[in-house]
Amino acid sequence: MSLFEDYDPLKGKMFQILKPDGTLQPGLKPPIEDKQTLALYQKMVFIRTADQRGLLLQRQGRFGTYAPIWGQEACQVGSGYVLQKGDWVFPAFREIGITLMMGIPLKNFFVYWMGNEMGSRAPEDINVLPVSIPVGTHIPHAVGTAWAAKIKGDKIVTISFFGDGATSKGDFHEAMNFAGVLKTPTVFFCQNNQFAISVPRSRQTASATIAQKAIAYGFDGIQVDGNDLFAVITATKEAVDKARSGRGPTLIEGVTFRFGPHTTADDPTKYRDNEEIERWKPLDPMVRLRSYLKGKGLWSEEVENRMTEEAQKEIDQAVKDAESFPAPKPEEIFEYVFAEMTPQLKEQLKYLKSTL
Amino acid sequence: MIKLDNNAGKEDLVMAKLNMVEALNLALREELERDSRVIIFGEDVGKEGGVFRVTDGLQKKFGAERVIDTPLAELAISATALGMAIYGLRPIGEIQFEGFLYPCFDQIINHIGRMRNRSRGRFTCPLVIRAPYGGGIHAPEHHSDSPEALLAHTPGIKVVIPSTPYEAKGLLLSSIRDPDPVIFMEPKRIYRAIREEVPEGDYTIPLGKARLVQEGKDVTVIAYGAMLREALNAAEQLKGDKIDPEIIDLRTISPMDMETIVTSIKKTGRGVVVHEAPKTCGLGAEIIALINEKAFLSLQAPIERVTGFDIPVPLMKSEHYYLPNAKRIVMAVKKVMSF
Repeated sequence: MSLFEDYDPLKGKMFQILKPDGTLQPGLKPPIEDKQTLALYQKMVFIRTADQRGLLLQRQGRFGTYAPIWGQEACQVGSGYVLQKGDWVFPAFREIGITLMMGIPLKNFFVYWMGNEMGSRAPEDINVLPVSIPVGTHIPHAVGTAWAAKIKGDKIVTISFFGDGATSKGDFHEAMNFAGVLKTPTVFFCQNNQFAISVPRSRQTASATIAQKAIAYGFDGIQVDGNDLFAVITATKEAVDKARSGRGPTLIEGVTFRFGPHTTADDPTKYRDNEEIERWKPLDPMVRLRSYLKGKGLWSEEVENRMTEEAQKEIDQAVKDAESFPAPKPEEIFEYVFAEMTPQLKEQLKYLKSTL
Repeated sequence: MIKLDNNAGKEDLVMAKLNMVEALNLALREELERDSRVIIFGEDVGKEGGVFRVTDGLQKKFGAERVIDTPLAELAISATALGMAIYGLRPIGEIQFEGFLYPCFDQIINHIGRMRNRSRGRFTCPLVIRAPYGGGIHAPEHHSDSPEALLAHTPGIKVVIPSTPYEAKGLLLSSIRDPDPVIFMEPKRIYRAIREEVPEGDYTIPLGKARLVQEGKDVTVIAYGAMLREALNAAEQLKGDKIDPEIIDLRTISPMDMETIVTSIKKTGRGVVVHEAPKTCGLGAEIIALINEKAFLSLQAPIERVTGFDIPVPLMKSEHYYLPNAKRIVMAVKKVMSF
């Protein structure tokens, strides 16, 4: 039996390896060595710390509106871990985790959220698209790129990240349908974080799970504990290997929780009571990893402090680099609209300059 | 049959009298042959060869991996075109009728037109979306719109409309090879109405350049697509009145060729803009504003507009009320001449 058969979403069983108390599900093993687990835990510490810094920078007016990842780190670190260099990532807008996992410098990420599009320019050898703000609209892009790769015979995989809210959109449906029919090497990673701004998961779909929607499109879906790094790695690896070997797309529903606001422009106390947050706190992806690693003698307060300190240092430097990034010249907002500026744009740029 | 001669110089090109559908088909055929990155896809483009037969025979010749029937989903056709383009292919997506182009607007406006800019040049969209547009074929509802101004208002995309078979081939080849996304709108009313010599083999017509169709001294008539033929008919009728219009075919709606328009208006001092799309905020408004900015002192009369109305295009019993024609152009020309 394959993983996807074992966890057929219609059977209502969520895939989990590492339980919230840090022990393993009977009969299941971590997909990675403990040393690697520690390294990925450190990544998560870094990402959470950088994310918190993002919130702080926003409060200080140094960031624009920001959408924090807080709570969803395992989904992105776990899936990012199994992707390869040539694979393509199509993020929504809460994706600091996967962005850094693919090797984009934190400085770039900060440059973008500080209001400069240059931060969205991925380095030449890293295929991470700019964030996609209109919800779900990027999901079919990943299918198009996968389709192109399939036509060219390249063994790459594309993955799109989106939330539970996006699954209500036609874009999601059309993308899933195309992927199923064309059998593209695509992984659909839904981070079901329970809320689309204020609207709870129960108001998005009458389906018992999001994962089961894959069945209607003729391919595998799996619901995983999105706060379990091990389950995310295992399921994504299975989906990525399957895609790479020409066996088509997979929908992964990572069940997780957004501890923070939707964005810094939002007040979650209006739609979410404290009890719900308290209920999710013990399920935090980092809490269980800490217990697991502690059990292996690899984690202590001291280790945690050292990791945080190292992260803060690196983040300080990234903030510094991002803030000293050259301010855009007026040319910059015109010269990337087309390969060559049109006469109209040249004229408008000239006008702009004359008013400065 | 036409003999294929890839090495022919332009003067030796084999000519055949083709209509616009055949000319477009020839362009696609030659480009599929020339460039392995070119992929055609959409609803019924494969086996059926498209509802207007523009892709007729292409799947048979190039295979179902390059000329592909997709599920019936316009949004996904435009969105996957983006995905293919950023990966280095040259996708050509067909939208069956312009009335079904609207679901693509989210993709065109939010993503396709912005990708180069948002990624500061890292990801680009050299893609073409082809769509037949316009009225005059007694079609059902939602099959006769002219949404070019909506598209021309969108940064980062080019909008191209051919007016004859020869133009169609050269402009389509340029559009496919352009580094930026092009919405290629085909005036379906004249798909089969005009036959002219179309060379076999490679030739392109640059985007962003209008065509001076007919030189004249009295008044500038600016048209494009199916309306060019109406303008030419009007010019014939105006001969009796000894009015000599200069006729410009816009070809590229966005970016518009300002220079050709302004040069002509400076010469004639008068102008009429013709389009099938609704009047308000149509291309005519933009062209008049442009003339005001750049040639106001040359004007002998206010510029007239001959356009569709600000109403949904009516069904066939009333369609003739809607569509601009030679008579209305003649009336507008006489009005600006007698100002």
